Amino acid sequence: MTSISEDSDKEKVRSVSVDLNNDASLIIDIPDALCERDKVKFTIHVKTTISSFQKPAFSVPRQHEDFIWLHDTIVETEEYAGLIIPPAPPKPDFEGPREKMHKLGEGESSMTKEEYAKMKQELEAEYLAVFKKTVQVHEVFLQRLSSHPIFRKDRNFQIFLEYDQDLSVRRKNAKEMFGGFFKNMVKSADEVLISGVKEVDEFFEQEKTFLLDYSSKIKDATAKAEKMTRSHKNVADDYNHISGALNHTAADNNTAFKKHLEKSAEVFEKLRKLEDRVASDQELKLTELLRYYTRDIQAAKDLLYRRARALADYENSNKALDKARLKGKDIAQAEENQKKSLQKFDKLSESGKKELTSFKARRVVAFRKNLIEMTELEIKHAKNSMSLLQGTIEILNSN
Amino acid sequence: MSEERGSSAQTEEDEDLFVSAMESPEAARLSAEDLSPSSNGPRDDDPDDLFAEATEEVSLDSPERQPILSDGPSPAITPVSISPRVDVFDRSPDLDEEEEENRDTFDIQISVSDPEKVGDGMNAFMIYKVTTKTSLSIFSRDEVCVKRRFSDFLGLHSKLASKYMHMGFIVPPAPEKSIVGMTKVKVGKEDLSSVEFVEKRRSALERYLLRTVKHPALLKDPDVLQFLESSELPRAVSTQALSGAGILRMVNKAADAVNKMTIKMNESDAWFEEKQQQFENLDVQLRKLHVSVESLVCHRKELSVNTALFAKSAAMLGNSEDHTALSRALSQLAEVEEKIEQLHQEQANADFYLISELLGDYVRLITAVRGVFDQRMKAWGKWQDAQLMLQRKREAEAKLQYASKPEKLQQARDEIREWEGKVQQGERDFEQISRNIRREVGQFEKERVKDFRVVIMKYLESLVHSQQQLIKYWEAFLPEAKAIA
Repeated sequence: MTSISEDSDKEKVRSVSVDLNNDASLIIDIPDALCERDKVKFTIHVKTTISSFQKPAFSVPRQHEDFIWLHDTIVETEEYAGLIIPPAPPKPDFEGPREKMHKLGEGESSMTKEEYAKMKQELEAEYLAVFKKTVQVHEVFLQRLSSHPIFRKDRNFQIFLEYDQDLSVRRKNAKEMFGGFFKNMVKSADEVLISGVKEVDEFFEQEKTFLLDYSSKIKDATAKAEKMTRSHKNVADDYNHISGALNHTAADNNTAFKKHLEKSAEVFEKLRKLEDRVASDQELKLTELLRYYTRDIQAAKDLLYRRARALADYENSNKALDKARLKGKDIAQAEENQKKSLQKFDKLSESGKKELTSFKARRVVAFRKNLIEMTELEIKHAKNSMSLLQGTIEILNSN
Repeated sequence: MSEERGSSAQTEEDEDLFVSAMESPEAARLSAEDLSPSSNGPRDDDPDDLFAEATEEVSLDSPERQPILSDGPSPAITPVSISPRVDVFDRSPDLDEEEEENRDTFDIQISVSDPEKVGDGMNAFMIYKVTTKTSLSIFSRDEVCVKRRFSDFLGLHSKLASKYMHMGFIVPPAPEKSIVGMTKVKVGKEDLSSVEFVEKRRSALERYLLRTVKHPALLKDPDVLQFLESSELPRAVSTQALSGAGILRMVNKAADAVNKMTIKMNESDAWFEEKQQQFENLDVQLRKLHVSVESLVCHRKELSVNTALFAKSAAMLGNSEDHTALSRALSQLAEVEEKIEQLHQEQANADFYLISELLGDYVRLITAVRGVFDQRMKAWGKWQDAQLMLQRKREAEAKLQYASKPEKLQQARDEIREWEGKVQQGERDFEQISRNIRREVGQFEKERVKDFRVVIMKYLESLVHSQQQLIKYWEAFLPEAKAIA
């Protein structure tokens, strides 16, 4: 069982959201999380002045699956068809640290005390990194909902926040999940529909072109950023092994050179820590940013899809009306349908426009914040590395 | 004879100095000041003098030694020609000082450059230009350029090994053959991996020559001089694996391995036992370190490639981005990452050429050092065998005493004298090789420490440079990121 508490680094951790908690009437954050075997329990903390809530401040434990349930109920709500639905947080992935823990357990007998302690330390650092990521992404999801004028009033959202017992009874059962799966399949086929539909509105035409292109580009950038981060981690790992090997060699050498080797081993150990920090900061600021917006872009595309569907429905209802008029049957019904379809389409277009505009603003601000923070961290780490190296060079020279 | 005894007396005296040097380098530094005027000043040059003496002894003993101790075919053993060389370094103090100065500045620069492919297909080979710049008197010119191919280097090493290894000299090993690497080059693939291979080999050949001439005895060796100076060199076919010489080498290697297992040496000298253990440990440690560094080189190259891929992807994303300021920032980010990719590539090269290759060289050198210890064991074995044979001859003579066969008795007595001589020679050789090894190992340890010190420093400086560049690039990007509005 491992737990973390958010410290004052909250600001830095919550990088993707950008001040989503600036409305004091409903403030949500995740100060704590517990990892029990396969399950992660998040502690949701709520502070609110909204009267519909029973208490002004309270906490509630939730699992990842609860978040998914909440997301899916929102997706399936007709009324929200014209809104960009905040992307669901991905499942917490502790595979990496878990593998390492396994290796540590297996190799315990063959390692020296120092090696074991070092590996344990690395393991804890990795756990912490995964924790930070997953807490951030779950927190942002809730904050997107709480800061949106419409979502914050959602009934299920309130239940999620307040219901003081296990939510599992309300969660999706297998049948519903299957339905969801189909929906996704059909949706991707309808990407063709989006591109195919004749667009009259200039704004949406532009958005469509942009989103389709941007979506594939950002997906690619995310994948490449992930690879780059992984390479950084590999280099840090190698520094670790080199440090260990240098220490072994130092154990056998004559006095003057022994100090030299030990100092070098020390430098590599410190470089490893720095390189690790560079890698994890890059991941948090760059890779996570790209990952998040890949999902968000998908949510925006989903909105376009729903609108395109609505347009197709409207056009179908027009055709049906014409047919009905021809046949002279059920004209009133057909007229009613046509009116409803048009209403729906107009509503989607109107809210869609608003959503997409604010989406762009949100995206630009998030990129700016993260790029600045990432750059500042890179500079900081490079300066630390340099002073470490120069210090070591001085010491070795004076020997 | 008296000359010989005199010089061995001096050797013993210097040897004691060396023993104390082994125990505590700091103490040795102090004792250097205490040196008597008959030996020379700075401690560094003791081994140099001693080496010269060693070659002197070789020339005096040479005719007998060849059949007993040489290691396989030795096409160019010219012990006689060594003595005129030795005359150059006579014992007069003035010359010693001049030589000391030369040694102090080590005024010889060798570079291997301009690899050129000659021929086509599977018969093709690379030619390298070897340039020697020196003011040392043993060379006929200040600057010499010759063309050599890889097998020439191998041939040189083979000659030096067969001449000096059995005396306990640590002969620097030649770079390794590589069938895969060379085949690619021969076949004419102009890709990155064959270019890298040729550069790797060129650098290795250069380091090999530099190490060889650092050894004072090898520097004066006629084969080395011929290699560096003469424009035509007889083709070293004996280096080919399947040549007659090659097969003989393999047979000898196998025989040596068997001997190693069967000779149980009574080690009376703790120094040798300690050192052997030390080198065994060092072997293991350096190999492990080498593996880790090779992994680092590989991963850093990967990092470079992945950074480049990300840069391209970021550029595409920037192009796609419809918000102008963000688009520009993303393009700038792509440019920064491209520059960083270059940095990683350079650092990977530093990782490789500074550290990885050095470690590889030392792993091979240590094998040569351990080989020299094995040679000593062989010498001991031969001495013991001679003693056994002498004993047998004595027993045979004793038996013949009562057999009244005068001619046979005389023959037995002659044989006894012969084997007495051989026993004495065996003992002398064993002691000689032991002395040589102590010297060689001392020199080797000094060189090793110096090499590693220098390399670690250079490497740290390369890392500093990388970090400086990183700071520069990111500081230039920061305003761009802030400019997103």
